[in-house]
Amino acid sequence: MSDVINTKRTKQQALGPYGRVGKTLNELDDRLGVARGGRTFMDKIFPDHWSFMLGEIALYSFVILLVTGVFLTLYFIPSSAIVTYHGSYLPLDGQKMTQAFSSTVNLSFGVRGGLLMRQMHHWACDIFVGAIVVHMARVFFTGAFRKPRELNWTIGTTLLILAIVNGFLGYSLPDDLVSGTGIRIAYSIILSIPLVGSYLGFWVFGGNFPGTAIIPRFFILHCLIVPLIIIGLVGAHLYLLVRQKHTQFPGEGRTEKNVVGSPMFPVFMAKTTGFLFIVAGVTALLGAFAQVNPIWQFGPYDAARISYAVQPDWYMGFLDGALRIWPSWSFHSWGYTIPFEVLIPAVILPGIIFNIAYAWPAIERRFTKDNEIHHLLDRPSNRPKRTAAGVALLALLGMLFIASSTDVLANFFHVSLNTVLISMRILVIISPFVAYPITYKICKELQGVEGGGKRKTPNVVSRTAYGEYTAVPSPVYVDDMHQGLEPTAVPAFITESPEESNDDGVRVVDR
Amino acid sequence: MSDEHELRTPVSLSGLAANDPHLQPSARNPQLVERVISVCLVLGALCFAGFGACYWINAQPWKLGATMGGGFFFVGVGLVAWGKYLMPRGPFVEDRHVLANSDADREAFAAVIVERGGGVIQRRKMLGGLLGGGLGIFGVVALFPLLRSLGPLPKKTLDTTDWKKGSYVVDQSGRRVMEGDLAIGSISTVFPEGTQNTDRGQAVDQTVLIRVSNEGFTTMKGRESWAPKGYVAYSKVCTHLGCPVGLYEQQLQLLVCPCHQSMFNVTNGAVPQFGPAPRPLPQLPLYIDSSGYLRSQSGYHEPVGPGFWERS
Repeated sequence: MSDVINTKRTKQQALGPYGRVGKTLNELDDRLGVARGGRTFMDKIFPDHWSFMLGEIALYSFVILLVTGVFLTLYFIPSSAIVTYHGSYLPLDGQKMTQAFSSTVNLSFGVRGGLLMRQMHHWACDIFVGAIVVHMARVFFTGAFRKPRELNWTIGTTLLILAIVNGFLGYSLPDDLVSGTGIRIAYSIILSIPLVGSYLGFWVFGGNFPGTAIIPRFFILHCLIVPLIIIGLVGAHLYLLVRQKHTQFPGEGRTEKNVVGSPMFPVFMAKTTGFLFIVAGVTALLGAFAQVNPIWQFGPYDAARISYAVQPDWYMGFLDGALRIWPSWSFHSWGYTIPFEVLIPAVILPGIIFNIAYAWPAIERRFTKDNEIHHLLDRPSNRPKRTAAGVALLALLGMLFIASSTDVLANFFHVSLNTVLISMRILVIISPFVAYPITYKICKELQGVEGGGKRKTPNVVSRTAYGEYTAVPSPVYVDDMHQGLEPTAVPAFITESPEESNDDGVRVVDR
Repeated sequence: MSDEHELRTPVSLSGLAANDPHLQPSARNPQLVERVISVCLVLGALCFAGFGACYWINAQPWKLGATMGGGFFFVGVGLVAWGKYLMPRGPFVEDRHVLANSDADREAFAAVIVERGGGVIQRRKMLGGLLGGGLGIFGVVALFPLLRSLGPLPKKTLDTTDWKKGSYVVDQSGRRVMEGDLAIGSISTVFPEGTQNTDRGQAVDQTVLIRVSNEGFTTMKGRESWAPKGYVAYSKVCTHLGCPVGLYEQQLQLLVCPCHQSMFNVTNGAVPQFGPAPRPLPQLPLYIDSSGYLRSQSGYHEPVGPGFWERS
């Protein structure tokens, strides 16, 4: 035994069996009382199912939005003041534009990594809203919104609305030709609200469109107020998730009274942190190779100019589509006008859709009279009516989304715009009525499939010496993680086999 | 530690033996997986180093993105694979506890709210009313200046433009338009003189000038004198949502809004022929003065642009 080891032993004994980390944790516990809660949190079980990853995509793309967004605020100037551009992008040289536009061009071409950050920010936003929608669909179709999780469903729906709103605000900030037209449309939508529309429009824009107030106002909303609300609600969303624990799919050993999966530390933490990196990596690769929103090609906003065949970001598509196909029904009488041709598709329709989303848990409870607490998820085919209703709504939204590119479709298929418009009107109306019965029927069929939802085992086909073939179902997969093992509680300690253990049965890791 | 706390979060202090099947990796060949993960992590580190180098030499943006994205991607894949294939495979389980408290707890909570606090407040109903009234007044009073200082009242500003009797018609560069300037079938965006470089001029006063023929042109009954020498002028602000009606289909004599595809017929008073726009584009009455300049006989006879409540 050398002296070095002896010194190490002595030191270790002074610090206790868990060394410096253990001592630090003890000091923390003395002051904050974190030992028990921290242990519980490290043991929190996360179900191993891919569909639980969709919410993580949303969370992590939001993290990327925050990081890249902070970078952009360092160089973006939220001002409508007119400047003459003399930057590194020569085609725009000498043009008059707002500082918002020129600073966006400058941060794209004059700041190292600026273009990448802008493109990543835009891509992360598109992914953020998309991941929320897909996550929400998962929660809807599996019945995860049922009691006790109605409140978290409400928070999630609010987050979707805020994400869409903030996406629109951010898209508007560069003050380019395309986004400026979007702001103009938003102003006209505000104007369409009966009684108060023109007042609201003037107060939001600080006067008649366009004015000079809207860029700084959108900036403070986009960079401070809405993100703060989103952060608060995301915190509440995650707190409720921890407090109420995860839902899980039914399966061996899984009941309403337990959660089966992997513990927070270290298994889930490794997987989820790795996943954060993957989301960041994919976003960066998209930012590197897929150009998005090249504002220098659109040019600065000028209310009297317009570009052809432009669409808003994808999440505004259903609104744009609704505005395109809604008939020109304007009410005009007694000296007043109600622009139904705008009010219904742009205000009332999204209002109805989001209110249905908010009210869905209550609507379903009314029909099922089910007031029980549910932690086990439904298979969508076992709830054919709910599944069919969800698919019908998605079909409607999908058709409205397609309708937002009527002009592109007409060009692409070489048919007249009139034909496309009439077809889209018909498709939008009939799509939910077609989608509902088809989905319902498919669900009913799936219910009858034997062994549906269970993992299938392969058949082993073998040939005898006489050339005869036999097919025998193979034994279960040998590499299946959960095969044949009873779930066990997360161990507090890992003990060595008896002959190797020391006195207290605790394995001392010497690192 | 109180008993109550003990009940709420019972913590297992049991251990598992190192050779317990739950603690084994799920990979069938952990050595191979470990090697693959190592390769991923090395590739990630190389990408990150490349990212630093690209930044240092100010490489093109796609190189920055490719190296940074590759770095995150490889490190992420490595870490996920480590967690998924090499860490204890479980399955592990934790109990789920009923969140609801005992009936006694619930009753006590309700009693505190309804009887203790509520009763105390109800005893002084008048004070409560006064307090609520005062705060309500503040809310209403605060609302008005808060909203009002955001912007002016619309009043009649939405009903009018800067086109007046005798306004000179100028193009975007501010040059006055003369009667010989446009060939038949040509189109130009024009403004009342003096507003061509202003926000309001571009947003509100923008007007399309189309020459449809050589002689005076009548788009509608009662507008016989509005289009001298075939110069027809319509507001360029779409009556649907206010986009500039910027596309001119010369053969069909249609003005098309590229935003939502409303189409207006130039020859018959810009009546919407197709699409969601509810009203014709307002027409601007023109005349040609003795020097040959195009001028407006008056402003627009109706509000331009999309509909709003007070639009009479």
